[in-house]
Amino acid sequence: MIAKLVNFFGDPQYRAQRWRLFVIVMAITLMADFLVRRDHVEGFWQAIPGWGALYGFIACFLIIFFSKFLGHQGKLMRREDYYD
Amino acid sequence: MIEWGHPGLVYIFGALLIPLFKGRLRQGYLLLVTLLALSAVFSLSPGQYTVFSYTGKEIVLGQVDKLSILFAWVFSLMGLIGTVYALQVRGAGEHVAAFLYVGSALGVVFAGDFLSLFLFWELMAFASAYLVFAQGGKAALAAGFRYLLVHIAGGLCLLGGIVLHYADTGSIQFGPLTEGGAAFYLILAGFILNAAVPPLNAWLTDAYPEATITGAVFMSAFTTKTAVYVLLRGFPGTEVLIWLGAVMAIYGVIYAVLENDARRLLAYHIVSQVGYMVAGVGIGTEMAVNGASAHAFAHILYKGLLFMGAGAVIHVTGRRKLTELGGLYKQMPVTLFLYMIGAFSISAFPFFSGFVSKSMVIAAAAGDGHSLIALMLILASSGTFLHTGLKLPYYMFFGKDSGLKAKEPPTNMLIAMTMAASLCLMIGIFPDLLYRLLPYSVDFHPYTGVHITETMGLLLFTALGFALFLKHLDPERTISLDTDWFYRTGARWLMWFARRPLTRYEEVVSDFSNSLVLKPHTAIATLGLWFDQHIVDGVVNGVATGLIRCATQLRQLQSGILSRYALGIVAGLVACLLYVFL
Repeated sequence: MIAKLVNFFGDPQYRAQRWRLFVIVMAITLMADFLVRRDHVEGFWQAIPGWGALYGFIACFLIIFFSKFLGHQGKLMRREDYYD
Repeated sequence: MIEWGHPGLVYIFGALLIPLFKGRLRQGYLLLVTLLALSAVFSLSPGQYTVFSYTGKEIVLGQVDKLSILFAWVFSLMGLIGTVYALQVRGAGEHVAAFLYVGSALGVVFAGDFLSLFLFWELMAFASAYLVFAQGGKAALAAGFRYLLVHIAGGLCLLGGIVLHYADTGSIQFGPLTEGGAAFYLILAGFILNAAVPPLNAWLTDAYPEATITGAVFMSAFTTKTAVYVLLRGFPGTEVLIWLGAVMAIYGVIYAVLENDARRLLAYHIVSQVGYMVAGVGIGTEMAVNGASAHAFAHILYKGLLFMGAGAVIHVTGRRKLTELGGLYKQMPVTLFLYMIGAFSISAFPFFSGFVSKSMVIAAAAGDGHSLIALMLILASSGTFLHTGLKLPYYMFFGKDSGLKAKEPPTNMLIAMTMAASLCLMIGIFPDLLYRLLPYSVDFHPYTGVHITETMGLLLFTALGFALFLKHLDPERTISLDTDWFYRTGARWLMWFARRPLTRYEEVVSDFSNSLVLKPHTAIATLGLWFDQHIVDGVVNGVATGLIRCATQLRQLQSGILSRYALGIVAGLVACLLYVFL
């Protein structure tokens, strides 16, 4: 069973199905976020429907590109033999 | 009757007998000790045990309360899991070091005074350094020495703080410290060095990936979490820790993007995750302290699981760089499956352990008016899933096929991973099991609608970002400069300075003294010698020779002939008479 499950996520032949599943789950999550009751929240952002999704996407974008910017332009990434 | 059994001493004394056993017998003995320690934890009840007086100071080896019991639970559970994972290791040394390491971490947990805390603290550093040295090879040896030197420096900082604290207060009891003063900051510095708070973080990401496969599993659990524990005891509500923690959470995530070494990527996520705990300590409310403690508990298990998963891949393939791995999902499905449970736990998916602990820290931050901190921590959550849950498994198990021959790791490794994975799921599904152990009573419900949809939205859209920007995340064959750059290149500069300018300076100074000081001195001394030999000695010798000559002349008078003496007397008398009468 584990092998089958893992194979579904690895085998290229299920690529289209994976994307379909992913989009469906995203849609359900987003819809649920608009329908959920918000009577008790800790942070102000939790009152905004769809915040999690938006923040997640922006965060992902920022983390990837800011880090790579620091790595390449900020010269944090060096050849593997830098210390040798 | 023994009033209590110290679980740490069970490990430490248990370690001493390991070399006496071999093969299956040793494996049985190792498990027996870990189970004994677990049963010792099981029978703990709050109180003070093993108190004795040393030079008039009270030493407390058994400060047992809810917080120490919580950490003792997770440390001894991880001790068991790590030991199962390491059962196939042949050399006794690694087992001994691992046991001393776990034992001393437990020793710190139960230490009620600074003196015993410090001793266990140092033992921890030396025992864990062995787990790096045991890997062998130049890189591990160098990393091990750097690790040891940094920890010795941190330990000295701590000791200095303790001495000043004792001079100030006259007490070595370990409890919350009052803010301000050198003692406070020195002890804090010693503690946050072990918690790997930037810029004191580089020892961790430098050494852990160089340790043995099984050693790194132990290391991922104990040093930083022991530091979180002592921070919880000594520094709750120290405001600077809030910011350090939040920065730390993001710092680890940024470096994880750049990293190519599988275990170093995971190590950067230790830095990131410990950031949540440090921030929790800084906030210091009951909920934040609960959150930090719960997160430490959950973290040890899922991080151990992740290190075991990555270790299993390295164990069977011998490769550790993401650029050299890939396509292993067909050969190692069970490893991947178990690894993913750890990945979902660290990413805080609902029904996995991280969800019930991380949300508590974030809620505590938001609830205490630290909205920016909470948002920084949520941002780091996105990054955590991005690397540990997506990037690492993608490039290790999926991605382009590396063509490496691989198979599932030995059964004991899979069993250990299953144990950790089960605990991750158990905590996620039944959070009350963990909440009941927390130091304060818990009034927090992780499974509210908003928590779930917000988290799922965050994680799924992070995954969307990953899928869209995948090309930009391709690992590169590089290493990243961290704060260890300062002492690694600094040491090189020091050596250059010693070999070049310092040696040159020494030459110049000795030349100078040769030509301007030494030579005139020699000339003066030669002159002095000549003066002494010719003038002084000449005068002395001349006087002496003169005297001898006079004496010889005078001796002529002493002829011994009586008639000559009589003649002399008569002549003398005549001379006297002539003088008187004339």
